[in-house]
Amino acid sequence: MGSNVVFYAMYNDDDVLKDGAKKLVAKGVKVADVFSPFPIHGLDPIIGLKETRLGIMAFIYGLTGLVLALIGMRYMMVTDWPMNIGGKPNFSFLENMLAFVPITFELTVLFAAHAMAITYFLVNKTIPGMPAENPDPRTTDDRFVMELRLSDNSKFSEKELEEMLMETGIVELDQKHIK
Amino acid sequence: MDYQVSNKAKLWTTAAMVIGVLFTGIGIIAASGDGHLGQKFLGNLLSNSFFFFSIAISALFFLALQYATESGWYVYIKRVLEAITGFLPMGSGLLVITFLSLTFTNGSHIYMWMDPEVMNEGGSHYDALSAGKGAYLNTPFFWIRTVAYLAIYYIMWKGFMKRSLEMDNNPDLAEQLHFKNYRRGALFLVFFAIFSSTSSWDWIMSIDIHWFSTLFGWYVFAGSWTSAMVVTIILLLYLKKLGYLPKVNESHIHDIGKWVFATSFLWAYLWFSQYMLIWYANIPEETTYYLMRIEHYKILYFGMFIINFAFPMLLLMSRDAKRHAGILTFVGLVILAGHWLDVWIMVMGGSMGPTASIGFMEIGMAVLFCGLFVRVILLKLSQSPLVSKNHPFLDESLHHEI
Repeated sequence: MGSNVVFYAMYNDDDVLKDGAKKLVAKGVKVADVFSPFPIHGLDPIIGLKETRLGIMAFIYGLTGLVLALIGMRYMMVTDWPMNIGGKPNFSFLENMLAFVPITFELTVLFAAHAMAITYFLVNKTIPGMPAENPDPRTTDDRFVMELRLSDNSKFSEKELEEMLMETGIVELDQKHIK
Repeated sequence: MDYQVSNKAKLWTTAAMVIGVLFTGIGIIAASGDGHLGQKFLGNLLSNSFFFFSIAISALFFLALQYATESGWYVYIKRVLEAITGFLPMGSGLLVITFLSLTFTNGSHIYMWMDPEVMNEGGSHYDALSAGKGAYLNTPFFWIRTVAYLAIYYIMWKGFMKRSLEMDNNPDLAEQLHFKNYRRGALFLVFFAIFSSTSSWDWIMSIDIHWFSTLFGWYVFAGSWTSAMVVTIILLLYLKKLGYLPKVNESHIHDIGKWVFATSFLWAYLWFSQYMLIWYANIPEETTYYLMRIEHYKILYFGMFIINFAFPMLLLMSRDAKRHAGILTFVGLVILAGHWLDVWIMVMGGSMGPTASIGFMEIGMAVLFCGLFVRVILLKLSQSPLVSKNHPFLDESLHHEI
């Protein structure tokens, strides 16, 4: 493998970036990634990002919380030591089910929310303390950076890619040679 | 392109009404032997006219909500919502007919407080608990409230419809009319916040005269809101299938699908909140309502809850399902039936108690009202241009994307 060139094209407007990405993709350029301080609406399908599977994970996490809550309460409130609360039938799980619903709901939400947040950080490699991956700290403020890789676009030369990027209204262009 | 009621739609709605009348007739003949015929008929009349009226008024609520929040996404499908509210005059009329019949015939078999023997001391079956509510639950005051609700709803509805057409014809006035709709929408929400609760107490909760629940109004309202969203999505998908409203995109469908999903959860949440607190406290005066439903309608009552909660939850959870016409129509029709059953058990469980059952008359009247409802909203839809013009947010709605 020879050296690979990565282009970081910086924009100061998300709409300009979106239009630029549209034009580049229409010419057959593959955009590797976009760094932005906020989600840019409608960009994902343009640069061909896969749809997130976070929702599926949220469902699984929620289900885990739900099952754990039910098993836990069955053990604590019915099996291990039947709790007598207001004379409710304390030897039966099903007849007491109603009282367990709010806590089951809470645990479902708790598991889904926390596990989803942790998964999100892990997938993005943004756990606190991890080295930053974005090419320029300004992308966390008011700038937008599009990343192109020469290895993804073997049918274009370095020069051609650069020219095409220039036409899209960039404010800065950075190149990096990586091994 | 303006909408025309197709011959097929005319045929189907007429057929539904004919079948409905036929079934109701069979039901009346079948029930003529026992002494419950009048009660059964009036109970069904009340539950059906309330159910379909509540869909129309919830659609108007939804429209007012869009006005008051100055939403943009809905503008392209505004006329669909307005068409559903078009059942409002007919629904109000049917409710008034029901209440008139109840006032002048044996209303006490539905509303026990209409019976002077119950309410007046020394009556043959005087009931002190019911009589204690006599200051609120008496026929004259009931009529004053009913007329006030329906009149204010009607006047405000008329205003919304008038301004909507005015905006089409006067581009110069569009902005001014938009802000007027904004203020009127907010005003309607204030009225509706109070009236939706109190009218549910008056029309439905007072059937179970000994029972009371402050949550009841929200619970009834959440159910009718869900039904209104279901009717909106089905009507929209129907129009789109016929080639009308070509610019309704997946995002519009997805948004209303989300409303069906969310309002189903709201309804289930309120149903459960009401049920669990009463179950936990276990106070006799509060449990009467549920005792009747659980002892005599166990399968229907809990089945209805599972249909109205589990169906939308499991089937509409994913993003793709909320954009899929087939799934939306299927889930919509199922939960519409579920919410009809909900209202039916509210009315019949309280009035007829254990003797009510789903038979020819129940199905017949539901089909009859459904046919009438669909016919009226399709007619209303054909009376004005299918897309409103000159609305300041029309462009936003055309490019709606989520």
